[in-house]
Amino acid sequence: MDILIILQAGVASGTVLLFATVGGIFNERSGIMNLGLEGMMLFGAMSAFSVTVSTGNPWLGVLVAMLAAGLLSQIHAFITIQLQADQVVSGLALTFLGTGISLVLGEGLSKAGVVSLLPAFSVPLLSHIPIIGRIFFTNQSILVYVGYLIVPLSWYYINRTRPGLHLRAVGEYPAAADALGINVYRLRYFYVFVGGLFAGLSGATISLAISPGWFSELTTAGQGWIAIGLIIFSQWNPVRAAFGAYVFGALRRLILDIQGPALIFGLANPFYYNPYYGFFLQMLPYAFTIIVLVLGSKEAVKKRLGAPAALGTPYIRGQRGL
Amino acid sequence: MSEQLNAQPVRRRLIPFRIVAEPRIEDLPKWYPFVLSVGAVIVALLIGAIVLAIGGGNPWRAYAHIARASFGSIGVFSDTIVKAIPLIFVGLACSVAFRMKLWNIGAEGQFYMGAFGASAVVLLPILPATAPTWLFIITMIVAGLLMGAIYGFIPGILKARFNVNEVISTLMLNYIAVAWNNYFIFAVWTEGGFQMSKMFPQNAWLPRLTDFGSEIPFFRGLTTHFGLVIALVAVVIVWFIMYKSKWGYEIRLIGDNPKAATYAGIPIKRHMVYVMMLSGALAGLAGMSEISGVVHRLQGAISPGYGFTGIIVAWLAKLNPFAVILVSVLFGGLILAGREIQPSGVPKMIQGVILVCLIASDYLIRYKVRIIKESTVD
Repeated sequence: MDILIILQAGVASGTVLLFATVGGIFNERSGIMNLGLEGMMLFGAMSAFSVTVSTGNPWLGVLVAMLAAGLLSQIHAFITIQLQADQVVSGLALTFLGTGISLVLGEGLSKAGVVSLLPAFSVPLLSHIPIIGRIFFTNQSILVYVGYLIVPLSWYYINRTRPGLHLRAVGEYPAAADALGINVYRLRYFYVFVGGLFAGLSGATISLAISPGWFSELTTAGQGWIAIGLIIFSQWNPVRAAFGAYVFGALRRLILDIQGPALIFGLANPFYYNPYYGFFLQMLPYAFTIIVLVLGSKEAVKKRLGAPAALGTPYIRGQRGL
Repeated sequence: MSEQLNAQPVRRRLIPFRIVAEPRIEDLPKWYPFVLSVGAVIVALLIGAIVLAIGGGNPWRAYAHIARASFGSIGVFSDTIVKAIPLIFVGLACSVAFRMKLWNIGAEGQFYMGAFGASAVVLLPILPATAPTWLFIITMIVAGLLMGAIYGFIPGILKARFNVNEVISTLMLNYIAVAWNNYFIFAVWTEGGFQMSKMFPQNAWLPRLTDFGSEIPFFRGLTTHFGLVIALVAVVIVWFIMYKSKWGYEIRLIGDNPKAATYAGIPIKRHMVYVMMLSGALAGLAGMSEISGVVHRLQGAISPGYGFTGIIVAWLAKLNPFAVILVSVLFGGLILAGREIQPSGVPKMIQGVILVCLIASDYLIRYKVRIIKESTVD
C-alpha cells in the first residue's frame, strides 16, 4: 500500500466528482437546483461507452456524452423554468429517467469488451517535481489535466467576468437582473445545459478513463449524489469543490487498497483478516458526505454564507417577491 | 388578466397561433386532477414506447406482455398484489413526508432496516423458534417499525439541528443500509457460506391465502399474504392522522405555508423529526412484510427499488392514502411483469417517464392553457 499511488489514483477518481460538482455549481448559481446529476452522469457514461464501442473513437464518445447529458438536462430546465414545477421532484424524476434510459439503451454493452480509451501521459517537466509530480502529473488521463484547467477557469468566469456576474445576478435576485435587461429564462436554460455538459463529461470520465466499461447502475454507484453533497460543501466555489472532490476520490481509492496488506504501520490489518469488515469501509464515502454536510452547514452559519438566494424558486415575471 | 407563457413575446410570425397561459382563479372540478394524471400516464407510456422502439424493441408487445403477466389471471393478479403490498407502505411513507415538503428519498434504506429488524427477531433471536405465529407477527411488526423509525430519525434530526439537506442524507443512508445488511448476510447470519440467512421457521411467516387452500380450494396457490391486511390498516391510520388529527392538520399547514405555521406557534423542527420517524417506520414495515411474507429469510437484493417506486406512487396518488392503494397495484403489476422483460431497465425507464410527465402536467392545474389565433391577440 503506497500512499503516493493512492493519492495519484485518488486524484484520477476525484476528477469524476470534480466535473459533476463544477457543473452543478454553474447550474445552482443560476438558481436552478438539479438533483438529476446521477441520472445525467449515467446517461453520459452509457453514451460515451456506446459511441466508443461502435466508432472506436473515444473523443467522439466524450462529445456525444456531453451533448446527450446536456439534452437530458433540458427536460429538467423546461419543467422547472417554463412549467415552474418543484425542482426537487423534477430532479429526482430526471435521475429515474436518465437511469432507466441508460439501462435500456445500454443493454448488452457490458459484454462489449475492450475499447480504445482516452490517452494517459505524464507531463514532461512537472512530473519531476517530488511528491506533487508523482501525484498530479504522472501517468494521468488527459481528462484529469482538463480538470486542473477547469477549476481556475470556472472560478475566474464566475467571479471576475461579466457573464459570470450575470450568472450570479440571475441566481441571487432574478427580478433585478431582469430589470437590467438580462434574459433570466434564457440564462437559466443555458446554465442548466452547462451543468448537463459537465455531468456528461463526468460520466464519460468514468466509462472511458477511470474505471472503463459499462456496469449498469454500478457505473456511477451514487457518485452523482456525493457530488450534490459536495456542491453544498463547496459553498458554490469551484476551488473548494476541487479540494472536496480530490479528498473523496482518495477516500474511494483508500477503501479499495486498505484491504490488501496484512500489516498497516506494523499492526495487524483487521480488514485483511476479516474481509467482511469491508462492508463498513463501503459505507465510509456515504457517511462522510453526511458529515461533510453537517460541518459545511455549521461553517456556513458562522460565516453567514449561503446558497444562491433564489435557488429552488421559479422566477415568474411580474410577480412580487424574488 | 391574460399572461403569456412566462410573458415572453413570440417572435415567430410564421405560425398564426400562439399559446397563452393564464393562472387559474376558479376552483377546479373534482375530476380534473384525476383525468390529468391518467392523461399524463398515457402520454408517458407513449413516450416510453418511442424510446423502446429506438432501442430496437417492440413496444406494443412489451406493453401487452406487461398487462398479461400482471393482470391476466387470478394467479398472477395475486402475485401483483404481493408486489403492491410493500409499495403501499412505501407510498404511504413518502406521502406523509412529502405532505410536509420533506423529501424522504430514503425509503429504500428504511425498507432494508425494517427487514433487518424483522429478521433480527428470528435470527438474533429475540423469540424462540417455537413461539406462536401471532407473537412472531406482533414482535416483527414492532421491530420493523422501530428500525425504520430509527433510520428516519437520523436524517430528521440532522435536518432539524444542522439544516442538512434531507434529500442527500436519506440517499446516503440508503447505501449505508444496504452495506449494513450485506455485512450481516455475509458474515454473521450466513448459512453455509451462502449470502443469505437460514430460512425462518414456518410460524414466523405471515399467513398466505394458499395456507388455507385445504379449506377453501379457490385460495390454492395464491401467494397474497397477511401483509395486505396490515397495509390496509396502515392506510386507514395514516388517513386518520393526516386528515382527522390535529397533528395531521399541522403537518399539512407546514407543507402548504411554513411561515403561517411558524406564526401559529407550530414547532416545525420537532414535527420534522416526528414526520421523518413516521415515514421511516412505514417504510420499515414494508421491509418487515416483505421478509416475513415473501422471502422468509434475510438476503441481498430484497427490493427491486421499492423505495424509489414509492416516490412515484405517492406523487401519482397526489399524496392521498387511499389512492396509494390503487396506484400501488398498478405499479406492482409493472414490477412483476418487468422482471421478465428485456431489456431489464424498461420498468425503471417507464417509471421515470411517468414521473416526468406527472410533474409537467401539474402546470395545467395551476394554469389554463389555450391556443389562440395570432390575429385575435394583436
